[in-house]
Amino acid sequence: MVELWTPPPGERAHTMVPRMLRVDRVIRELPDIVTLVLDSAPMGGFRFGPGQFNMLYLFGTGEVPISISGNPVEPGDLVHTIRAVGQVTRPMCQVKRGDMLGVRGPFGTEWPMDDARGKDLLIVAGGLGLAPLRPAIYHALHHRSAYGRVIVLYGTRAPDSILFEDELHTWRGRFDCEVDITVDRAPTDFRGHVGVVPALLDRFSFDPDRTVAMVCGPEIMMRFTARALTKKGLPREAIWLSVERSMKCGMGVCGHCQFGPTFACKDGPVMRYDHIFRLLDIREI
Amino acid sequence: MESHAPWQVGSKAILSVTGLGDLLGRLWAGGRQVVGPVVRDGAICLGPVRTIADLPKGLTDEHGPGTYRLKPRGDEALFGFTVGQHAFKRSILLPEVALVQLRRKGRDVEVEPATPKTQPLALLGVRACDAAALGIQDKVLCGGPYADSDYEARRADVLVIAVQCTNAASTCFCASMGTGPHLSNGFDLALTELLSPTHRFLVEVGSPAGATLANQLELTPVSEGDLSDAKTAEQAALTQMGRHLETAGLREKLQQNPDDSHWENVANRCLSCANCTMVCPTCFCTTMEDRTDLTGDIATRIRRYDSCFSEAFAYVHGGSVRPTVRARYRQWLTHKLSTWVDQFGSLGCVGCGRCITFCPVGIDITAEAKAVGAPARTG
Ligand SMILES: Cc1cc2nc3c(=O)[nH]c(=O)nc-3n(C[C@H](O)[C@H](O)[C@H](O)COP(=O)(O)OP(=O)(O)OC[C@H]3O[C@@H](n4cnc5c(N)ncnc54)[C@H](O)[C@@H]3O)c2cc1C
Ligand code: SF4
Ligand code: SF4
Ligand code: FES
Repeated sequence: MVELWTPPPGERAHTMVPRMLRVDRVIRELPDIVTLVLDSAPMGGFRFGPGQFNMLYLFGTGEVPISISGNPVEPGDLVHTIRAVGQVTRPMCQVKRGDMLGVRGPFGTEWPMDDARGKDLLIVAGGLGLAPLRPAIYHALHHRSAYGRVIVLYGTRAPDSILFEDELHTWRGRFDCEVDITVDRAPTDFRGHVGVVPALLDRFSFDPDRTVAMVCGPEIMMRFTARALTKKGLPREAIWLSVERSMKCGMGVCGHCQFGPTFACKDGPVMRYDHIFRLLDIREI
Repeated sequence: MESHAPWQVGSKAILSVTGLGDLLGRLWAGGRQVVGPVVRDGAICLGPVRTIADLPKGLTDEHGPGTYRLKPRGDEALFGFTVGQHAFKRSILLPEVALVQLRRKGRDVEVEPATPKTQPLALLGVRACDAAALGIQDKVLCGGPYADSDYEARRADVLVIAVQCTNAASTCFCASMGTGPHLSNGFDLALTELLSPTHRFLVEVGSPAGATLANQLELTPVSEGDLSDAKTAEQAALTQMGRHLETAGLREKLQQNPDDSHWENVANRCLSCANCTMVCPTCFCTTMEDRTDLTGDIATRIRRYDSCFSEAFAYVHGGSVRPTVRARYRQWLTHKLSTWVDQFGSLGCVGCGRCITFCPVGIDITAEAKAVGAPARTG
C-alpha cells in the first residue's frame, strides 16, 4: 500500500520548505486561467480535503496561496487552477509540462462535507471561486448517496469566461445534479441567464432546514449571496464561505492573513457564516 | 561556604560584581553567546557582552512619548536603566534569515533547507516584561499545529539571566498587564542589583540549568538585610511606573468599536512608520522574499520582519485590504489588546512601553486604547 503524505494530525509539522513536483499537464481553461496538474507520485500521492489550499512556489519568483481544484479521491494528481493576475501568478501560468513547482501544504479548513451528509448541498460559485469548490462537487458526486440534492449555481462575467464549462455541462446532464449558470453581461443572442448570482437563488426553491450552502467567489459576491440565503431562511450556521487574505506562510506564523480574531490560513479559508458575518461588515478589517 | 552548595531551584544567594564577571566568562567558555545591554550610538542596545566592562555602567535612560536619552546616574549601577529599542526577540526571531535554498539544474530544482547555525544563547538582563514577551512568542510561533522551525531551533538552548527591575520608566505599564515589575518565573537565574552598602547582586535560581550554573559560582548566603534591600529596590520600580492601562473589558471594547471616531484621530497623527512594531517584543509578523544570485540558478528564500503598518502587508490582488492608516492602526492596537486573546489566550502587550518611547510622534498605546469607545468626547 502506498503511504500517502499528510501533515501529522494534531502534531506540529515544519513546512516552510517546499517539495518540488513536476508539472505533468497544463490545461488552458480560459485566456487568463490555467489548470496545472502536478505529479505527486514521488511523494506517494497528495491527500487533501475539499477547500484546502497549497502554497505554490515558482523558482526565484515567489510563493502564492492556491486552492486545490482536483479530485480528492484521486490523490495521484495534484491539481491547481490559477488566474494570471500579478508578479507570481503570471509567470506561474506560463510553466510547461516537465517544469517544477514547489508545494507546501495542504493548509487550512475544509468544506463541511461530513457535517453536510444527509443534507441538500447548495454550491454557489462566482468566477474563479468554482476552483476551490470543484473538489467538494467531486466529493459529493463520488459519495452521491450520502447527500440529498446537489445544486451548483455558477456566476461569471460573460459567456466566454465560463470556467470548467464542459464539466458544468456534464454535471448538468446528470439526473442527480442541478446546475445553473448566470453571467453578468451577455450579447443579446445569449440564451442563458443574465444577472448576478444572488438573483439566481430565486429560481430555486430549497428547504432551509436541510440545506448546507458552500459559497466561494469575490468577497462582495459572497456577502450578498450569504445575505440573500439568510433572507430565504437558511440559518447562518448552514452557510460556509472561503475567505481570501494575504498569505505568506499558510500555517499561522507570519501574521499576514489576520481577519479580525481569526487567521484566514488556519481558522479558514473555509469559515462558517455565523462566525464571521459581523466581521464581513467591517470596512478594511 | 561549601556548606551552602548545592544551590537548588528557589535558592537565593549573593553574587559579587566580580562574580558576575566570572559568570560571563563561564558562559562564553561553555560555548554560549551572551547577549545583553551595551551602549551603542547613545542608546542602550542589545549585543554581545563578554565582560562586565561591556555593560552600561552608571547610566540610566529617560523615556517619554517620542523621546529617549541616556543620563549618568552618578553611581556604579550596571543595570540601572529599563528597556531600549532592542527586544531580545532579535536573537531568536531574527530580523532576517534564510530558510531554504533552491538550486536550478536544467529543468530540475533541488531544495536545501537552511539548517540554522545556532549557538547556545544566554540572554542577560531580561526584564519581567521581556520574559513575558518570550513566552508569548513561544506560544505564537511554536504553540500551534505548525511551528516556525527556525525559531524553534534557536529557542531550544537559551538561558535566561533575568534582572529584576529596580527602576521603571515613565512609559512602563507592566503592572497593568500583569507581567511585572517582579519576575517570578520564566528565568534560569534572576539578579537583583543592590548598590549599597556594597555593590552586589541577589541571585535567585529559577531552573535546574540555573542551579547547575549557580553551583559553579562563588555565591555567599543571603542575609535578612539583603532581602529587605532587594525588596526596597524593587518597590522603587513599582512607585516609578509611569503609566496605567485598564484591561478590564478592553478586549470587548476594542472589537465592538471598529468605527469609533478616535481611530481617525490617531490616524491623523500616525506616520505609519512601523517603528512601534519593530521595537515591540511580541510583534511577530514576517514576510518571505526570494533572492536569486547573479547566475539566476540559486534562489534563497528569506524570512524577514514585516509590519501591519505597511500598506503592502494586507495586499491581495487588486489592492490592500487596509489602504488607510486608520485601518492599519486599528488592526495593530486591536490585535495587541484584544484579538490576541482570542488567538493565543493572552493579551499581546506586556507593557514595556517601547512603542510609546520610539514612536516619532509620541503616540501612546495606553492613551489611545483608553480613548477608543470612551463615552462622550468633545473635540
Ligand atoms: C486561500 C486562498 C486560495 C486561493 N486560491 C486561488 C486559486 O485557486 N486560484 C487563483 O488563481 N488564485 C487563488 N488565490 C489568490 C491568489 O493567491 C492571488 O491571486 C495571488 O497571490 C496573486 O499573486 P501575484 O504575485 O500573482 O499577484 P500580485 O498582485 O502581483 O501580488 C500578490 C502578492 O505580491 C505582493 N505584492 C504585489 N504587489 C505589491 C506591491 N505593490 N506592494 C507590496 N507587495 C506587493 C503582495 O505581498 C501580495 O501578497 C487564493 C488566495 C487565497 C488566500
Ligand atoms: S505594544 Fe508597546 S508596550 Fe506593549 S509590548 Fe509592544 S512595545 Fe511594549
Ligand atoms: S504609532 Fe507611531 S511608531 Fe507606530 S506606526 Fe504610527 S507613527 Fe510609527
Ligand atoms: S498566512 Fe501566515 S499566518 Fe496566515
